[in-house]
Amino acid sequence: MNLTLKIWRQKDSKSKGQMVDYKVTDISEHMSFLEMMDVLNEQLVNTGEEPVAFDHDCREGICGMCSMYINGEAHGPDRGVTTCQLHMRMFKDGDTITIEPFRATAFPVIKDLVVDRSSFERIQQAGGYISVNTSGNTQDANSIPISKHAADEAMDAATCIGCGACVATCKNSSAMLFVGAKVSQYALLPQGQVEAADRVRNMVAQMDLEGFGNCTNTGACEIECPKGISLDNIARMNRELMKASLS
Amino acid sequence: MSGFFKSSIGRKVAMALSAFFLMFFLLQHFAINLLSVFSGDLFNEVSHFMGTNWLIQFVMQPILIFGVVFHFVMGFILEIRNKQARTISYVKNNGSANSTWMSRNMIYSGIAILAFIILHFIDFWFPEINAKYIKGDWTGGHELVDGYRYFHELQVKFENPIRVAAYVLAFVFLALHLLHGFTSAFQSMGASTIRKKRLQTIGRIYSIAIPLGFIFIALFHHLNHH
Amino acid sequence: MALDSKIPHGPLKDKWTDYKNHINLVNPANKRHIDIIVVGTGLAGGSAAATLAELGYNVKAFAYQDSPRRAHSIAAQGGINAAKNYQGDGDSTYRLFYDTVKGGDYRSREANVYRLAEVSANIIDQCVAQGVPFARDYGGLLDNRSFGGVLVSRTFYAKGQTGQQLLLGAYSAMNRQIARGKIEMFNRHEMLDVVKIDGKARGIIARNLVTGEIERHSAHAVVIATGGYGNVYFLSTNAMGSNATAAWKIHKKGAFFANPCFTQIHPTCIPRSGDYQSKLTLMSESLRNDGRIWVPKKIEDSKALQQRKIKPTDIAEEDRDYFLERRYPAFGNLVPRDVASRAAKERCDAGYGVNATGEAVFLDFASAITRYGKTQAKIQNIENPSDAKIYELGQAIVEEKYGNLFQMYEKIVDENPYETPMMIYPATHYTMGGVWVDYNLMTTVDGLYCIGEANFSEHGANRLGASALMQGLADGYFVLPYTIGDYLSNEIRTGKIPTNTPEFEEAEKEVTDRINFFINNKGTNSVDYYHKKLGKIMWDKCGMSRNEQGLKEAMTEIKALREDFWKNVKVPGSANEMNPELEKAGRVADFLELGELFAKDALNRNESCGGHFREESVELDGEQKGEAKRNDKDYAYVAAWEYKGEPADAVLHKEILEFKDIELKQRSYK
Repeated sequence: MNLTLKIWRQKDSKSKGQMVDYKVTDISEHMSFLEMMDVLNEQLVNTGEEPVAFDHDCREGICGMCSMYINGEAHGPDRGVTTCQLHMRMFKDGDTITIEPFRATAFPVIKDLVVDRSSFERIQQAGGYISVNTSGNTQDANSIPISKHAADEAMDAATCIGCGACVATCKNSSAMLFVGAKVSQYALLPQGQVEAADRVRNMVAQMDLEGFGNCTNTGACEIECPKGISLDNIARMNRELMKASLS
Repeated sequence: MSGFFKSSIGRKVAMALSAFFLMFFLLQHFAINLLSVFSGDLFNEVSHFMGTNWLIQFVMQPILIFGVVFHFVMGFILEIRNKQARTISYVKNNGSANSTWMSRNMIYSGIAILAFIILHFIDFWFPEINAKYIKGDWTGGHELVDGYRYFHELQVKFENPIRVAAYVLAFVFLALHLLHGFTSAFQSMGASTIRKKRLQTIGRIYSIAIPLGFIFIALFHHLNHH
Repeated sequence: MALDSKIPHGPLKDKWTDYKNHINLVNPANKRHIDIIVVGTGLAGGSAAATLAELGYNVKAFAYQDSPRRAHSIAAQGGINAAKNYQGDGDSTYRLFYDTVKGGDYRSREANVYRLAEVSANIIDQCVAQGVPFARDYGGLLDNRSFGGVLVSRTFYAKGQTGQQLLLGAYSAMNRQIARGKIEMFNRHEMLDVVKIDGKARGIIARNLVTGEIERHSAHAVVIATGGYGNVYFLSTNAMGSNATAAWKIHKKGAFFANPCFTQIHPTCIPRSGDYQSKLTLMSESLRNDGRIWVPKKIEDSKALQQRKIKPTDIAEEDRDYFLERRYPAFGNLVPRDVASRAAKERCDAGYGVNATGEAVFLDFASAITRYGKTQAKIQNIENPSDAKIYELGQAIVEEKYGNLFQMYEKIVDENPYETPMMIYPATHYTMGGVWVDYNLMTTVDGLYCIGEANFSEHGANRLGASALMQGLADGYFVLPYTIGDYLSNEIRTGKIPTNTPEFEEAEKEVTDRINFFINNKGTNSVDYYHKKLGKIMWDKCGMSRNEQGLKEAMTEIKALREDFWKNVKVPGSANEMNPELEKAGRVADFLELGELFAKDALNRNESCGGHFREESVELDGEQKGEAKRNDKDYAYVAAWEYKGEPADAVLHKEILEFKDIELKQRSYK
C-alpha cells in the first residue's frame, strides 16, 4: 500500500518543530508500524535527508520504549498493543497517517518523536520499591503465603511497561494510571505494606511536582494502555493516600 | 491532613466530596419542586419553611453556597492546571476513541450550569434575598396574592418560553455533567466498584431522571399556566 | 599469558562457602571512597549496581535506553530456575548443577555452575522480598513449571513476563539507591571505550546520546553487563539496540573473548514473513510444556500448506509427524533448545516446512486444550460434556497459562492460535560465548569485570531454559559484590582517579576520531545495508549447522564486507546531536569484527556440542545415528581469544575444563 505520513519533526529540545509530509510506497500489510518507519528512514538516508528519530528497542511490546501518537491515539488505533506491535494491516492503501510525539509538559520532546520520560524515573525513585537489602539473607520465599488472588492482582498491576501512553492519551496529561499501578502492586502484597503510607505520599508528591495533570476519570488511559492496566489501580491509590493521610 | 488537600488526589477528593453534597442538594431541591406539581399550597408551606428556618438559612445555605463556589472554583483551578500539563496540543487527537464526550467536556457542561445558576439566582434567589434581607419582609407574602408568594412566582417565571427553553437546555447540560460526574466522584473517592453494574446503573438513573424531572416541572408550569 | 581461572581448592560443594569466608573485604568506611562503573542495567548490571551501592560503594551506572527498566532482560518470558525443591520432585543443588552442565554439553566450568546452583534459591527469596509477584497456587505458595532439558519442575514464573518482573525488582532496588544518592544513573549514554591505566581498568569513555557529548568517567573498577551479541545475525530476538560494543571494546583492550561460536538458536520463535523484517519474536519455551510440535508426514501436504491450499486442521492425526516425540521419546517436546532447533531445521530442509517460506513448523495446543478441558469438566462435575464444551473449558486454562503469548502471536501473525496451530521456527536468541572471566568474574584485565550474558558464563555450549535470568541475578546480587571486594581491598589507598590523564585523553581521541570518520565519510550505503549482509552470512554459514568450507567462506566474506563498510558507509546528521544512525554505525562496525572471530572460533572447534553443530562431527551409527558428536578428547576446553589487530589473527588460549564431580557422557534425550 501507499501512504502519506504527516510527521512531527523537531531538531532538538530547544527548536520549534513542525509537521512534515512524507510519502512511502509498497508497504506490506504484514509490516509492523516501526518497520514501515524503517522503510521511510532508509529512504531518507538514501536521499541524504536526516531520518526521523523515534524511540524503540525490544519491538515486542515489553520494553516500553516506543511512544508514538498515531492518528490521534497513543500507540495508534489498535488495542492492547504498543507502537511496535501495531501492524500495517490496521491501515488502508492511500491513508494519511498523522504521527506525533507523546505530548505532556512533563515529557519534553528531545528530538522528532523522542520524548524525555525521566519524570517517570523520579516518581519511581520517590518510593517505587520495597526497602529490603539485596543480601539474599531474607526469609524463605514460601514463608510469606500470598493468596493467588492478591498475587494475580498485584501481577496485573505490575505488568505496566512505563511507556507513558496513559499520560499521552489523558486530556489532562495525568500520570495516575502509571503511579496507581506501582502503588497498587506493592499495596496488594504483604511485603509492601510496611512502607505503604510513605510510599504513596512520596510518589504522589513527586508526581505533582513533575507537572502532570489531575485525573478526571475519563478512563481513556485504561483503553489506550497497551497492557490493559485497570482504572481500579487509580481508585486503590486514592484509597491508599486517604488512608495514609488519615493515619 | 492539610498536605492531603494540597495534593492532586486530595483535590480530586475535595471535588468529589463537594459533588456528593451538591448531588444530595439537587435531590432535595427536586423533591420540593416536585410538590409544586401536586399542590401549590404544600409547595408554599415547604418553601416558606426552607426560606425562614434559621438552621436552613444560616447554616445550610452558607454551606451550600460554599459548596457551589468551591466546586466551581476548584473545577476551574484544576482545569487550568490540567491545561498547563500539556502546553503543545496534538495536531490530531481522537478523543472519542477512548472516552465519552461527557468525560472530556466537564468544564463546558460545568460552565453551562454556572450560567444557569446565575440566571436562576436572578430569577429566584436575588428577589428572595431582597425581600427578606433588604426589605425585611419575612412573611413570605405578596401584594398580588393571598398567602405565600412562592408558588405564584414560580408560575409567573415559567410564562416566558425563552426562559423555559434556557432551563431545559441547562438541565440537558446538567444531565451530561452528571452522567460522568456521578461515577467519577465515586471513583475519586476510591470506589473500585465503579465497574460494578449497580453503581453505574444508579448513576445513570440519577443523572437522567433528576434533570428530566426538572424539565418536566418547568414544562408543566409553562403549559398549565395558560 | 596463561589463563588462571582462580578456582578455589577443596570439594566442589564447599568451594564457594570457603572462598567467601577467606576473601578480602573492604571496610565500610573505605567503600565510600571507592567508585565502580557498571555498564548495562539489565538483570545482571541492575542487580550488581543496586547491591554494590547498598554495600557502600559509589556506583555510576550506564544504560543506552532512557531507563534501566528497558533493558532487554525485560523480554524474558518463561521463568527462572532455582533448586528450591518446593514441588518435592527430587530437585537439589546438585541436580540443578548436573542438569546445567549436561545441558551445556560439558563445556562450562564446574565450579562456577555449582556456585550458580547454590545461590539460585537465594534469588527467589530475594525477589519475593522485593515484591516480585511470582505465580502462586491456591494455597498461597509459589508455583513452578517445568522447562526443556530437565526432569523436575523448578521454574518460577510470573505469567509470561518473568524477565519483566525480575528486572523491575532489580530496577526498584536501583531506584532505592539512586534516591539515596549511592547510584548515579546515566540514562541514554553509551560506553564507547574502556580506559586502562597501568594495566588496570580505570574508567570509560561514554557518549551522551541526547547531546552527542563525549564524556570521561573514572572508577576503581569497571563492570561490563551489556548482554549478548545475538544481533550479529541482524535478525534475532534481541532488542534493536542490543549490541556487543562494550564487550568488543574491552576485548580490543586486552580482555579475552571466549567461545564466540556458542550461540543459542531458540526453537520457538515466530517465523519471518518478509525482507523488511527488523526483528524476530520469541514465543516462550514454556509453550512446549503443552504444545506439540509437528509437520505433515506427507510432503504433498506440506507443499499444499506452503501454497495455502489446505489448512493445518485439514491434516488427519495419522498424517502428522510429531518429530520430536518420534526422535526423542524420553523428553519429547521438552528436549533442550539446540536439539529442538536442529530437528525443526532438518524437517524444513527436507521440504516439510509449513508456511510460504517453507521455514516453519507447527506448535499445536489442540490436544492440551482437550486434556485440560476434560479435567475441568470433571472438576466442575459436568456430565457428558460436548466436545465444544470441553474445548471451551480447556481453552480457559490455556489462556490463563499463556494468554499473553497467544495474544502476542495473534497480533503479529493475525491468526488465532486457539483455533489453528501456531507456526514457529528457530531464531538467534542468546549467546553463551562472551568475555572470558575467572571465578571472580574478572576478565583478563585487572579491575575489569564482566557479568550476565556478556561473559562466557556458566551455560557451556547450550543454555537451558530459565537459566539466563538465574545467572544474571546470581552474578549481580550474590557473586560479584563479594568477589569484587577481593580486588578493591587493594584500592583503598588509590584515591579519586583523575580523568585529565593522557590515557583518558588518548581513549577519548580514538572515540572522537571514529565518530568523525562516520560523519564525514560520504559513502553510499546505509548502516542497515551492511548489517543485513552480515546477518545473512552469519545465518547461512554460522547458523544452526556449520562446516569447514562455509566457515572459511564466512571469514573471507565478512572481512571483505568490513573493508567495504569502512569505505562506503553513509551516516547522515552530525555528531553533536541525537543521531540513531551514528549509534548503529558504531555497533555494526564492531559486529563486523566479532562476526569474523565467531567464524574463526567455529572453524577451530571441529566437534559438535550444544548449539555448535559441525556437519563433520556426527554419530555415524547406533541409536544416536545422525546426532551431534562431541569430542571431549580434543575440545574439552574454553577457547579464549586474544585480540591481535585483525580478528583473523586472534590468538587462542585454552582453559582446559576439568570435570571432577561429573562424568562426561553423551547427552542423550532419547
